[in-house]
Amino acid sequence: MRRAVIAFTAFMGGLVFLLTAPAWADGEALKGTLQNQGQPVNGVKISVVAEDGKPVDDATSGADGKWEVPVPKAGKYKVTLDTSTLPAGVALKFQNRSTLDVQVYDGSVRNVLFALVPAGAKGGAAPADDGGTSFWDRVAQLTFEGFNLGLIIALAAMGLSLVFGTTGLTNFAHGELLTFGAMCAYFFNVVVGVHLVWAALISVVIGGIFGYGQDRFFWGRLRRRGSSLVAMMIISIGLALFLRYVFLFFFGGEGAPYADYNAQPGIQVGPISAAPKNFVAMGIELLVLVIVGLALLKTRIGKAARAVADNPALAASSGINVDRVIRIIWTVGGAIASLAGIMLGLSQNVSYQMGFQILLLVFAGVTLGGLGTAFGALVGSIVVGLFIQLSTVVVPTELKTVGALLVLILVMLFRPQGILGRRERIG
Amino acid sequence: MHADSTTTRKAAALAAFAGLDREPGVAKPDPILVVDNVVRRFGGLTAVDVAHLEIQRGSITALIGPNGAGKTTFFNQLTGFDSADEGSWAFNGKQLKGVPAHRVARTGMVRTFQLTKALSKLTVMENMRLGAQNQRGENFFRALVPGSWRQQEDEITERAEELLERFKLNTKRDDFAGSLSGGQRKLLEMARALMVGPELVMLDEPMAGVNPALTQSLLAHVKDLREEGMTVLFVEHDMDMVRDISDWVVVMAQGAVIAEGPPDTIMSDQRVVDAYLGAHHDAPMSAEEFEEQLQEAEAELEAEIEEKA
Amino acid sequence: MDWNAILITTVKASIGLETVVYALAAIGVNIQFGYAGLLNFGQAAFLGVAAYGMAVTVATFHLPFWLGIAIGLAATVVLAFLLGIPTLRLRADYLAIVTIAAAEIVRLVFRSVKFSSVFGGSDGRQNFSGDFFAMNPYSPGTYGIGPISFNERVTWILTVGWVLIAICCGLVYLLMKSPWGRVLKAIREDEDAVRSLGKNVFSYKMQALVLGGLVGCLGGFLFALGQASVQPDLFSTEFTFYAYTIVILGGAARVFSPVVGAAIFWVLLVFVGNTLSEAVSAGMLPSLFTVNNIGAVRFMLVGLGLMLLLIFRPQGIFGDKREIALDAR
Repeated sequence: MRRAVIAFTAFMGGLVFLLTAPAWADGEALKGTLQNQGQPVNGVKISVVAEDGKPVDDATSGADGKWEVPVPKAGKYKVTLDTSTLPAGVALKFQNRSTLDVQVYDGSVRNVLFALVPAGAKGGAAPADDGGTSFWDRVAQLTFEGFNLGLIIALAAMGLSLVFGTTGLTNFAHGELLTFGAMCAYFFNVVVGVHLVWAALISVVIGGIFGYGQDRFFWGRLRRRGSSLVAMMIISIGLALFLRYVFLFFFGGEGAPYADYNAQPGIQVGPISAAPKNFVAMGIELLVLVIVGLALLKTRIGKAARAVADNPALAASSGINVDRVIRIIWTVGGAIASLAGIMLGLSQNVSYQMGFQILLLVFAGVTLGGLGTAFGALVGSIVVGLFIQLSTVVVPTELKTVGALLVLILVMLFRPQGILGRRERIG
Repeated sequence: MHADSTTTRKAAALAAFAGLDREPGVAKPDPILVVDNVVRRFGGLTAVDVAHLEIQRGSITALIGPNGAGKTTFFNQLTGFDSADEGSWAFNGKQLKGVPAHRVARTGMVRTFQLTKALSKLTVMENMRLGAQNQRGENFFRALVPGSWRQQEDEITERAEELLERFKLNTKRDDFAGSLSGGQRKLLEMARALMVGPELVMLDEPMAGVNPALTQSLLAHVKDLREEGMTVLFVEHDMDMVRDISDWVVVMAQGAVIAEGPPDTIMSDQRVVDAYLGAHHDAPMSAEEFEEQLQEAEAELEAEIEEKA
Repeated sequence: MDWNAILITTVKASIGLETVVYALAAIGVNIQFGYAGLLNFGQAAFLGVAAYGMAVTVATFHLPFWLGIAIGLAATVVLAFLLGIPTLRLRADYLAIVTIAAAEIVRLVFRSVKFSSVFGGSDGRQNFSGDFFAMNPYSPGTYGIGPISFNERVTWILTVGWVLIAICCGLVYLLMKSPWGRVLKAIREDEDAVRSLGKNVFSYKMQALVLGGLVGCLGGFLFALGQASVQPDLFSTEFTFYAYTIVILGGAARVFSPVVGAAIFWVLLVFVGNTLSEAVSAGMLPSLFTVNNIGAVRFMLVGLGLMLLLIFRPQGIFGDKREIALDAR
């Protein structure tokens, strides 16, 4: 009975628990994960003091950057990060926020976030152009990171855009294709113990099969039944919810990194400093995009895909097997979305919400480039990635997505056909 | 009496056209619609480029032309469904460029669509009522007080019932419009347009997809519009129908008006013959014509390639 | 298994705060999507700006409660115009993407550290419901039948909530019977046809967006007051998706379907959730299911249910197949 009451109270407490910590433990606690540019930071001391000034407990972040301090009851706590225990080259993003006041609710574990940055690249208003990082170095660094993000978005956007072009489906479950790929790779890498490169290869193949299967057994059937586009859009929302919670069920609510390439020390290339894996990842992303682009331009099936995206009825009447083309698009789209998910997992962490979180940016990239045009999606995505990272020169990092989404809305307002799209003829 | 008025209205329309020049853009004695230099481009393609056109009041004017001549685009522009890049046009002396579609309809210029737009999940009667103008109950706040619009609604219903009877749709009154046949939808769309109380009715291919059995009654309805003092402008491919009901024919090709004239002689006009042969591959043609057409097609292709580059 | 507890919480859920909030949000969605065919995927943002408008006015600026309500309503209308003006002239899926993006923007701004002095960051705002509960006519105690009872605070908020729901349903009934509603339904079918009949389609869509937003925002007020707290993550995109599920469950374009849909949705969610967690603690399920992951199962079922509904019964439980807004056949 008590358990039921707790569950119900928490339930009445609202969806916030589901979203931040879907599994509410019985005891209240504070916890967090310390990361610098996606890498866990260990050996940092965190101390917790109750509202009345009584110390509660200390913790030190582990190899995965995680720390946790159980607290006796719900209430307000002061959490302090001991900056002297931060490793060299890592600093708090906001110097004045080494102590945070946080509220712990009944029966919930509260996540506490300390934003860490490489020493020198401090947030806030003042760019440190004395000493190490000049303004232009920072711009170069952000441009690099923007390309990195943009390429991942582009990988995801290619599939989304081609599916939209060929079937008219605005697929809200496309983000889950990314999560699926990332989770597959996690399974093979961390659970089975295969090296990440092989795990990634296997996952890309499985992602392709997943995409193929979705069209073969689900979307294709719905199309043949004559489901309307709006209905299919909402069905895709249902599918997205379903898959997301399946991921949550098996994976849990916490993000986790892959077993390989984890704590790679950064290297300096000109003004840019990043872990070598980022350079390799970008190389692979570029390579895949070029291959897909060339395939669209040069191969028979690629031309057919573009023809179908342009005008399905005309393509069908000129002897193209539209269903086959769509199936191939789903297969390739699923495979490259899988790759995008793995790359995203590599630069952030694998989590059940990762695909959904990036989906809006993918939409932004696709709409920016013009719905349904594959190359537009490519350009649009890179613009979105660059914009998001470079906007942090002016806006706080936590609001960088806001800027990108605002731009999306403005593009809709002034150029609804997208950057590369054409005006449509009515009637 | 009906027959009598038929002859007078038709005679009046024909008299107005008597002795007119066959040149594109010829002036009419009493134009209801005057179009000047209307241009519409899609990318590099000029879809519409009409220098001057007048539509005679109280007549039935047909707008014909080969596929892709820009007829529908021209219709869309005149009725505010598409914007024009350049030009101006006046309906009853009122400038309509840049006026949104719903305002165009309110001035008394009402159109139908090539693909019928019967509102399939509304009943036939609701479709009809929707056409009536200045409804009090269409205002958000007055909608909340049924007493304020009931009486008007009854009047509208009465008018709609008369029209439905005329169009022989009265038995379908409470059916969903989606359950009607193609021809019945065309009829419903025309009847609904009449609920607006238009002066100029613009019909985009009223015969497309209509069962031949219904064609005659549709034709009669179009003629009736003129008898009631309305002006009709319609796009049509079926030359038999054009000959049967129209008083005057305007021919468009490649976006421009290339000829005008009475229906019985217009098809023998050399410009019209050329325009149609240029577009219809199935028509018999001479070796020179074929050669010419080939060159044209090549030139077009080249232009397209250049534009893409 | 404690069936008694499960039953009580389930029955309570059918009229509880969540049902009220989601019913109001869904009535709004039904006006926009069910009747007018507008894909507003940012309904959560409408509830969010209303709740925050009120909470911030009272808690941050210490202004009167009723001014807070007025500011909440005004913020909703402003949001509707901001979203509507750029997108209502465009294709339906553009509105979907813009509204979903706007909802994320709103949520991210509410939870940002930058504006935490105003919105309170991810902790949100508290201490604004005093005036509301000061108006409570119920004296302290429990109200209800047997175990199905609530304390005076919950009773008060539920009373207000169900009165608002009744008013909104009445409003929708009157409007959809009128020529105004006819124009709206016609726009859902084919807006070009409506335009050709001399109706200002843009204006009607905007009216529907504003009205749907305002009805939804009442839910936002109640959500905030009922919990005596607002947090940004309450107003996530999933909230909107659940509201759509509710509308489709009950049947789009029906006056009472959002209310019945909300009750069924929450009854099922609470029942399934409690039964599953009871079953887990009683050791009746395979060890794959744990206390920690069992919560995810019922939301899997929500997603699955939404898909199955649209595929097999798009008219919802009460809808008329000939009249549904979705041509899913």
